[in-house]
This record gives sequence, C-alpha cells and structure tokens, in this order.
Amino acid sequence: MFYFSVPLGKLVRRVSRLRGGGSALPGLVVEKIDPGFMRRTLSTLPHGVAVVSGTNGKTTTTKMVVELLESQGLKVFTNRTGSNFTRGVAAALLGEVDWRGRLTADVAVLELDEAHAVHFVNQVPPRYCLLLNVLRDQLDRFGEIDKTAQLLQHIASKTTGTVVLNREDPRVARIAETVHGPDVLYFGLDDSLLSTFPNDDELRAAPGSPVPPAPARPHADVVLRRVGAADADFEYDGVTATTAMKLRGVYNIFNAAAALTLARAIAVRDSVPGESAVADNEGLLKALSQVAPAFGRGESLVVDGLPLDLVLVKNPSGFRLGLKSFPAAGYATMIAINDNYADGRDMSWLWDVEFDTLREGGVDQLSGSRAYDMALRLQYDDVPIGAVNTEIAPALAAFISAAKDKPKRVFCTYTAMLAIRRELSKITTVEVVS
Amino acid sequence: MTPQSPAGASVPSNDAGHPPLSFGHELPPEDSPAPSKGTIRVVQLYPRDMNIYGDWGNALVLAQRLRWHGYTPELLEYNVGDEFPAKVDLIVGGGGQDSGQLVIQDDLLSRESVLKELAENGTPMLVICGLYQLFGKFFKTRTGSVIPGIGILDVETHGTDQRLIGNVSVSSPEFGTVLGYENHSGQTTLGPGVSALGTAAKGTGNNSNDGQEGARYRNIVASYLHGSLLPKNPALADFLIRTAVERKYGSFSPGAPDDSYAILAREHAARRPR
Repeated sequence: MFYFSVPLGKLVRRVSRLRGGGSALPGLVVEKIDPGFMRRTLSTLPHGVAVVSGTNGKTTTTKMVVELLESQGLKVFTNRTGSNFTRGVAAALLGEVDWRGRLTADVAVLELDEAHAVHFVNQVPPRYCLLLNVLRDQLDRFGEIDKTAQLLQHIASKTTGTVVLNREDPRVARIAETVHGPDVLYFGLDDSLLSTFPNDDELRAAPGSPVPPAPARPHADVVLRRVGAADADFEYDGVTATTAMKLRGVYNIFNAAAALTLARAIAVRDSVPGESAVADNEGLLKALSQVAPAFGRGESLVVDGLPLDLVLVKNPSGFRLGLKSFPAAGYATMIAINDNYADGRDMSWLWDVEFDTLREGGVDQLSGSRAYDMALRLQYDDVPIGAVNTEIAPALAAFISAAKDKPKRVFCTYTAMLAIRRELSKITTVEVVS
Repeated sequence: MTPQSPAGASVPSNDAGHPPLSFGHELPPEDSPAPSKGTIRVVQLYPRDMNIYGDWGNALVLAQRLRWHGYTPELLEYNVGDEFPAKVDLIVGGGGQDSGQLVIQDDLLSRESVLKELAENGTPMLVICGLYQLFGKFFKTRTGSVIPGIGILDVETHGTDQRLIGNVSVSSPEFGTVLGYENHSGQTTLGPGVSALGTAAKGTGNNSNDGQEGARYRNIVASYLHGSLLPKNPALADFLIRTAVERKYGSFSPGAPDDSYAILAREHAARRPR
C-alpha cells in the first residue's frame, strides 16, 4: 500500500533542511496526517525496537548499543540527531525510509526522554527496553523523582521481549517486581565500585548517616568489575574480560555494561533463526573499545595543542560524577551554567553539588546566564573564582588565552555546551552534530 | 542526632564493608584566625528525607555567614527517630517528595510540643515547601485524605492537580525583594494568626488566588521558594542569624560578608523568564 504521508513528510523535511530549520517539523507533519506511520514502519523490523531511557547517559549508551550491534553485522536505525522526542523519531524515520515508506534495517535503537518515551511506547510497543537510572534531573519538568520512576515503569510494562535494568539503582531495580511476561536482565557493579555511584537516596544522605540495608541483589548479565585509566573489566557468562576503553568517566564505563547487556540480548540471545548471528562476545568487546564519547559527554578537543575536555552537567549527580571522574589537578577549569528550558530553569540543583575538589585549584572562568549563581555557590564552598562573564563567547576566549599552556576542562549545561561548541568550531575541529 | 563530621574526619564505613560514602554534604574547613564571638547551634530538620531542591544550600549559607559574622556554627541534623537536640538556636527545614513527607509525618507529630515551645519562645526558623505545609494545621490531599500538621502556623494546604512552577519575585515589607523558584501542587491559605512573607510580583506563591507568598509568625519564616532561598537573599539569612545571636548573647555584632556575587546573582535572576 502506498501512503502519501511519506513523500509529503520527506518533502517537508527537504524544504525545512534547505531553510536550515528544525528537525522535528517534518515529524510533526507526518504525525498529524498519518498517525500510524511510526508503528507501521517500525513493526517491520526483524529484531524490533529497543528503547533506551533514564535520567543520565541515554545518548552515550544509545551510541554504544548502535555500534555494538553494527559490529555484529546488524543494520541499525537510530535517532542520531539527539532529538529524543517522539516527533524527532518520526523525523529521523522520514530521513531513512524510501519513498514508499520502507525502512531497510534489522533493529531500531531509540533514545527517548522519559516523558516522551511513555507516548512513544503507547504507539509502538518495544521489544526491548534499557532503563538506566532515576536521578533528580529537571524536576521542574517532571515534578518528582518517584514520578520519573513511574514513567520508566510504564515503558517496561509496554515492552514485549526483554527489560534490561540497572541493578544498583533501587528505583530502577524495583521495576522488575512489576514486569510480568518479558525477561528481565540486569547490569551491575562490583561491590568495590558501588560507592562511586551513589543513588539518589545516598546523594541526600549526609556523612555518617546510615546507608539503608542493600536488598539481596539478583544475578546480573554483565557486571563492571574494575575501571582503569584506559581500560575496564567486564564479567559475563562467568568470565572476566579486560578491554581498552576510549570512553572516559566511570559513569560512561558503567553505561558500557548497560549497552553490552542490551546488545547481547538483541544480537546473541535472540538471534533470528536461520541467520548466522552467534555469540560474538569478542567482537562486541572490540567494538566497545572503539566507541568514542558522544557529543559533549567527556569529549576531548584539541586547542593550542593541548586537550580541552567538555563535560556536560545537567543535574546534581551528573555534576558530582563529572567532578569525580575528571580530577581538577593540572587543569584550568571553566564552568558555564545556562538556565534555558532545555537546561532547567531552577538553579537549586547547584546547591546539591559539593565543589570542594575545586577548592585547591580554583575555577578560572565562569559563564552562562546564571554565571553569578554559580559564583555564589562557589563562594559558599570557599572555592577561589577567577573571572565571571555571562556572555559565553568572550568568556571562552578569555579562558583559552589565559590558560594557554595548560590542559583545559569546561563543565557546562546543555545549551551552554551548544554555544561553546559553536565557538570552538571556529578554532579547532569539532564533530558536526546536525 | 548526628553531628556534621568535621572536615577531614573519617566517616565509619557501613556494615556491608563498602568504603564510606563521600557524597554527603560537608561544611568547608574553618580557617578564621580571629577568636569566635560565640557559638550558634543550627539544627537541620529531616535532611535525609526532606531535602530535594537544594535545601542544603540554606543550611550552608547559615553556617558560613555565621562564620563571616565572626561566630562559630554548630550544624546538627535531626532525622526520624533521633534524639531531639537541646539548646537549639536556629532551625532550618526543607521540602520533600510525597514519599519523604510520609516517612517523617509521625515523627514530626511526636515532636510537636518541643517545636511549638521553641517557636513560641521566638527561636528563628526557616521552613521551606513541605515543612512549611506540615508546620501548618493540615494538608488535605486531592483524594480528600487529611494529613495533620503540627499547627504552629495558622495555615492550611489543599492538594491540587495544578503544579505551580517557575521563578518567583516577592515583594516583602521586611526583607525587600525576595527571589526564588517555586515548584509545588499544594496550595496554602493563610489564617488570621500569621501574616504573609510578601506578595508575589512574579510567579504564584502560596496559591493561585490571593497573590500572597510564604508566612511569617514570631521569628518563623515559611516559604515555598527554593533556589536555594537564602544564598540570593542575604537579608533573610542575616535576619535569622541576628535573631539567633541576640536571643543567645543579648546583642549581635555583625561582620562584613562580601555580598557582591549575591547582588549580581540577584540582578541576573530577576531578569530571567518565569
């Protein structure tokens, strides 16, 4: 059957691209005139649809799952542009389907914002879902953390095949109790690494206050055993394998365990009968070692011959983990905090982060629309402050010229990162993100 | 009652043998060479269960500003089941999720008499959001069930399905312009026994009807504003500090905290959209 919605949507996509416009408009058009487009197109995929959701790490994890599956010879459709809303998925689909609306892919791996994932799974029940974590992020949008956990639970309830859960996040692990039918797989951490990943309750607990007793932890399909400077140990099928890692930051490496669990579920456990996909764990590990960080997630650029790391921070736990994963010693530091809608307007989260690790070296430059909120936060943690300029372009230029002979690190919120990348692309090579 | 661990002190590891969590909040180390003008005991109410939008910021600001004024803060926590500390000079409490409020509810009711006595005696207190509601007479949920409060404040709160979210600017007769961020679905109405903290010039405040924000009673300041509230409102922080010091030592000799970042943060915050 021929659907006019597809050529029309593709046309809108072309026109809006020519105009340099947003990526969601064509999705909106096709959604309006042909609400069944996404379900119909995605239901033809032999391995079905996998949804990746949670507060932190969706983009990097989705990128890893895609590259792991591609290493197994699968053709993967994904919403690469970071448009993690339903409309963004429809728009990305329009770019991939032919004029008859056919999608040539084996599996779709989609990163979805928690709230939008709920709308999406109501339209397209996924075969797999991977639920990463529930942390305080943009509570001004979702209200409360328990509400966010309910959104993830809804995604699990619509999943038909396998639900992959973070064993170490109690709000996520608890979702298993509500899953009836699909398989449940976990990814987990070695005991020695647990303290590196505080869950939201532990983040709020003060030093010395008792940690709630850990419930008996189920078997995890993949366990992250050790994180080294440039390698990591993963255990699965009873063996521990060491692999080099290009990714930096312990939380990225933990997400690698998540990606490995989902990729194994798709490519290894559920290989399509009659096809040759078999357990190629070695291939998966090799692919994992090659994964480069996603846009802004521990991305390292080169400026004046020295590294400049961009670290995206968008909630208290992410900021804490960022500070912990990227020690300040030897680096010049800049922090850029915006409060646009995509960043979250509420600045309270800055007060849930401790900045004592920056006390010794200080912070060289502050920027963003809420640069002075950040300055105030640092003042109360006795962290020395260099310059403050709410305008990002001059602040970045001043930071780079003042710290010419030092490696640099910039912690920034989402829209501040977009502005910083735009500026950096004028002086160094920055991967283009459409 | 758990004393805040001094900087550098080791925290006992938990039973599972994991290394101690290093993610809890700590005061920066004290480095003032000047002799202290006195010690003020600040108690955080339920920081474990009622600390969702940067409530630590309020406790940190009180402690650090006490130092900057030349006094020594003694920062204590009171959590569910703890022994209530004696000789309390200042109380600060925050907001929580519905689940956090359920956890503390019975314990708070069991502390009604001690908190009431402190309040009536003029102990300065700051209660934000969830504890503002529970310091009132009751919270009636959308489904009609009534959660009793401890009735220190003559206010009542009704749950709604409308969430009031965004930047707020309050015009207060005592403290000038108060800036913060609100995020609540309970709507609070003031009775004749309290006055409002101020009127909302931007944002909603207590409820979507009367334009009032927060409540004042004796030396209690109650408000829906996060942000955190005290960092960008040093006048409010210093009111609580001055009151605590005067009650304990008879007079307050202020220091000279550098509020230049606070002033600039206020200017920029005031220009941001709702």
